Amino acid sequence: MNLLVAVLIPLLGAPLVAWAAHFGRYHAAWAAGLLTALALAVVVPSMPAVFAGETLVTSIPWLPALGLSLAFRLDGFAMLFAILILVIGLLVILYARYYLSDSDSTGRFFAYLMLFMGSMLGIVLAENILLLLMFWEMTSLSSFLLISYWQHRSDARNGARMALAVTGLGGLAMLGGFLLLGHMAGSYALSDILTQGDAIRAHQLYTPTLVLILLGVFTKSAQFPFHFWLPQAMAAPTPVSAYLHSATMVKAGVFLLARLFPVLSGTDAWSVLVMGAGLITLVIGAYFALFKHDLKGLLAYSTISHLGLITLLFGIGTPLAAVAGVFHIINHATFKASLFMAAGIIDHECGTRDMRLINGLWRYMPYTATLAMVAAASMAGVPLFNGFLSKEMFFHEAVNFAKYTTWDWTLTVAAVAAGVFAVAYSLRFIHDVFFNGEPVNLPREPHEPPRWMKVPVEVLVALCLLVGILPAYTVGPLLKVAVAGVLQAEPPYYSLAIWHGVNAALVMSIVALVGGVLVYLGRRPLFKLAQRWHGVLDAPALYQWLLRGILALARAVTRLLDVGSLQRLLAVLIVTALAAGAMGIIPPHVPITGSVPISMPDAASVLVAAALVAVALAAALIHQRRLTALIVLGAVGLLVSLIFVKFSAPDLALTQLSVEIVTIVLLLLAMYFLPRRTPVETDTGRRLRHFLIALGAGSGAGILSWAMLTRPHDPISGYFLDNSVSGGGGTNVVNVILVDFRGFDTLGEITVLALAALGIYALLKDLRLDGPTHDIAGRLWNWDIHPPIMAALVRLLLPLALLVAVFIFLRGHNLPGGGFIAGLVTAVALIMQYLANGVVWTHERMPRNLHPVIGIGLLIAVATGAVSMLLGHPFLTSAYTHVHWPFADFELASAIAFDLGVYLVVVGATLLILVHMGLLHGASHAPAAAGAGAVSGPAGSPGSHSGADAATVRDPARAPAPEPTLEPAD
Amino acid sequence: MEALLAGIIASLTGCGVYLLLRAYTFPVVLGLTLLSYAVNLFLFATGRLTVGQPAVISADAPGYADPLPQALVLTAIVIAFGMTAFVIMLALKARAALGNDHVDGRPDDGGADRPLPHRDHAGKEEA
Repeated sequence: MNLLVAVLIPLLGAPLVAWAAHFGRYHAAWAAGLLTALALAVVVPSMPAVFAGETLVTSIPWLPALGLSLAFRLDGFAMLFAILILVIGLLVILYARYYLSDSDSTGRFFAYLMLFMGSMLGIVLAENILLLLMFWEMTSLSSFLLISYWQHRSDARNGARMALAVTGLGGLAMLGGFLLLGHMAGSYALSDILTQGDAIRAHQLYTPTLVLILLGVFTKSAQFPFHFWLPQAMAAPTPVSAYLHSATMVKAGVFLLARLFPVLSGTDAWSVLVMGAGLITLVIGAYFALFKHDLKGLLAYSTISHLGLITLLFGIGTPLAAVAGVFHIINHATFKASLFMAAGIIDHECGTRDMRLINGLWRYMPYTATLAMVAAASMAGVPLFNGFLSKEMFFHEAVNFAKYTTWDWTLTVAAVAAGVFAVAYSLRFIHDVFFNGEPVNLPREPHEPPRWMKVPVEVLVALCLLVGILPAYTVGPLLKVAVAGVLQAEPPYYSLAIWHGVNAALVMSIVALVGGVLVYLGRRPLFKLAQRWHGVLDAPALYQWLLRGILALARAVTRLLDVGSLQRLLAVLIVTALAAGAMGIIPPHVPITGSVPISMPDAASVLVAAALVAVALAAALIHQRRLTALIVLGAVGLLVSLIFVKFSAPDLALTQLSVEIVTIVLLLLAMYFLPRRTPVETDTGRRLRHFLIALGAGSGAGILSWAMLTRPHDPISGYFLDNSVSGGGGTNVVNVILVDFRGFDTLGEITVLALAALGIYALLKDLRLDGPTHDIAGRLWNWDIHPPIMAALVRLLLPLALLVAVFIFLRGHNLPGGGFIAGLVTAVALIMQYLANGVVWTHERMPRNLHPVIGIGLLIAVATGAVSMLLGHPFLTSAYTHVHWPFADFELASAIAFDLGVYLVVVGATLLILVHMGLLHGASHAPAAAGAGAVSGPAGSPGSHSGADAATVRDPARAPAPEPTLEPAD
Repeated sequence: MEALLAGIIASLTGCGVYLLLRAYTFPVVLGLTLLSYAVNLFLFATGRLTVGQPAVISADAPGYADPLPQALVLTAIVIAFGMTAFVIMLALKARAALGNDHVDGRPDDGGADRPLPHRDHAGKEEA
């Protein structure tokens, strides 16, 4: 449990740290430091048990169906990393407090750093590999944020993007690898996976799994050929480089290599891939490091080389090599982090990192120089420093390996060569920076940094020395449990002494030291040579080229489909759907016609069907004449409602009928602002193509319907029919399904309707359209827009219509009707008032603002559900009771409240849409000045219509004006 | 009877798709409406065709039509209205912003477009 807490402290603390920055520049650093110390304090109590050889595992189920759990483990190896992350994290926070300049946002920096720390802790402590992957991706993301911390610099942005692309791609591959691994092991828990090494290695999926996981490992740990992102990531602030890009994040790859070592190692594929990548990375990293003029560039390539060394050690695959690998992880973290910090101090003090400019700093900062020299000596592998010990072990393993393989000399030679270059670049780091003449045009006068900025470097350098001189007493116990954690077995015998007598490894060390000095002395011709080869095999350029290629390909594909024509795009979409559908009915698949006998049609049905087909075709044929086409469309809708009547769906028929009316009114209103006729499309070829596509789509839909209708029907509706009365208290099963059984769906749907209405309201808010000034025959509009007979009739009709609506609403639970239909009927009745009497007349007599109606409707619907939850039932459970009414005895279900919500939303949404459409007319119809005033009329009164506000802003004069109207076009 | 309904769905779909592919917004909206009729009828038909047996529980009913597709289609009809309304508003908005009612915002068929002031529409050709 405390492991979860330790991971959560930095993650949840990140916003806290950002917040702390509001109180002062350094509060964020303090908060970050305190949180890190707290996380460390949470982990420390578990350590004695781990030192005693236990593995602590805690697990909380998260998504058990996917095999994902919040499971954490603490064994020796995880503990080693946890200590590295938290202790170096503390030092980096202290360092960064002095490093960041006044213009940098400390809150953002430390919050990102905490985010990273939590994610990294998550990786090393995760027991579930899916959880591990999640944290893995989080380190990629937080690394992106940290590299791009100086967002104004393009190199920072590019470096961050490259790091994210490369490590993100690797993470994706690793997800695949982990899924396969989990599949093979039958579990995503490391404890299970680690015990099944033999079975997994023998599995046929082993090789793809290995390749996928290694892709993740190599990208994260900057192994060849993915090494190129690390030097680009040096655009990050130096504390980030010290923390992420030397001590922790790039170690996540080798961490995973070590973690899965018992499972995946020991095969030829493992040896070839891991050793190969490690070997190449080791050598080219060391080689390129020598020729970098940028201090951090040198350190970056050196880091790549050392990561290659660690990878190579795990690739060798013997237990002793694993010991050397783990040991080098520790040593590299200490000396490289301190070197990065030293480089940051130099950068900070000199204003540049270019080694051609920085010379002779010994005179200005002897103390920092001494610290850097110790760390560099460790990096070079000089005796009495910790780097020497693990390098010696590495040489030893290289020689041993030569004894029983054929490519013996390669490894030995490569090891020595890398050693030579490591000595040479370490020497360059020291000699070029601290000696070698005088500084050249430094931007500022260098001097020693603030006292506390040196403390983190001192601590790390002291560790280098302590471990280098007294390894067995300092790092010994930790190394032992860590190795046990890696091997999942008792560690082999190894000696942590400095002196092992004269052996091959010592000779190699001496050759490397002497060779390194010689190479450095003869560096000038080498630099010239490197200059000539500069730009050949430039990995970042290759990456950019690849990226450009992918983007160009994507663009080409997009252009192929999207030629800037929606018609074309839609045609492609429909043809694709047709092709996909056609595959299902091409013989020799199942026959189209099923086994169910069909029923004979009666004459009336044939007549209706013929009429329907005819009007549908007519709508398509005469669509150029828009008004006629619209009337025809109305006929289609009415005929469709007849189909519903025929086939026992009275609710649908009523709904279709009322929706048809509002749809046609809406389209008529909209048509006013659109051209009367659709221009003929002159491209007959395209029309023919579209005709064929339409023919295909129609035939497809027909065949599909036919195939479905002639097949047996085995519905799940029996349950609803059986339980409608007993469970829902209503006999109209359709309504009971809507408000009770599937009430949650209905809630979603009325929410959609409400959102559509509000969206339309937003669309119309600032819209100003000019309508035509003349009618279709060229006459001016008739201003007598409210014919008295119609106005009087409609007013008389209103109470009757509302009564019908109430009736339909109340009976809905037992007979055809309900909230939807009643809502539509009400909306139609009210719209008629607008049409016949105008907006102002109507607005004076009823609520103008319809948003509350929608809102109250939704609230009632949700509240109905919530009440049943309060009573301990699932959301939207309904109850019902019998009510004695003077004239009748009927059942009253709580679902009627829900239906009321539905009713209000439907009324509100429909009216909102249509009324605002009408207001648009009011604004455009009258002559310009009066037109704007027309809408501001109602806006002048209290509780004014919000839709009119925009118009008022346009014309603040608020002149009294003719009534805005709602009237059909043409 | 089944053949009739299949034919109706076929012709509604065909006409709807043809109108949907037209170059001006109004026919597209008409097409969308026709297509939604077709889809609603298809969904309704998944409950098969039952004559004279509405899903209202009573003691002497010989049987019932499948109520579930009916409930689904009922909300679908209302949602289709919301969608049609939204699309037509987009069409109006496009007309206001682009000065014409072509789906791509530019008349390309030599069609006689309304003489509305063309307002700025940057990057139109890029689309």
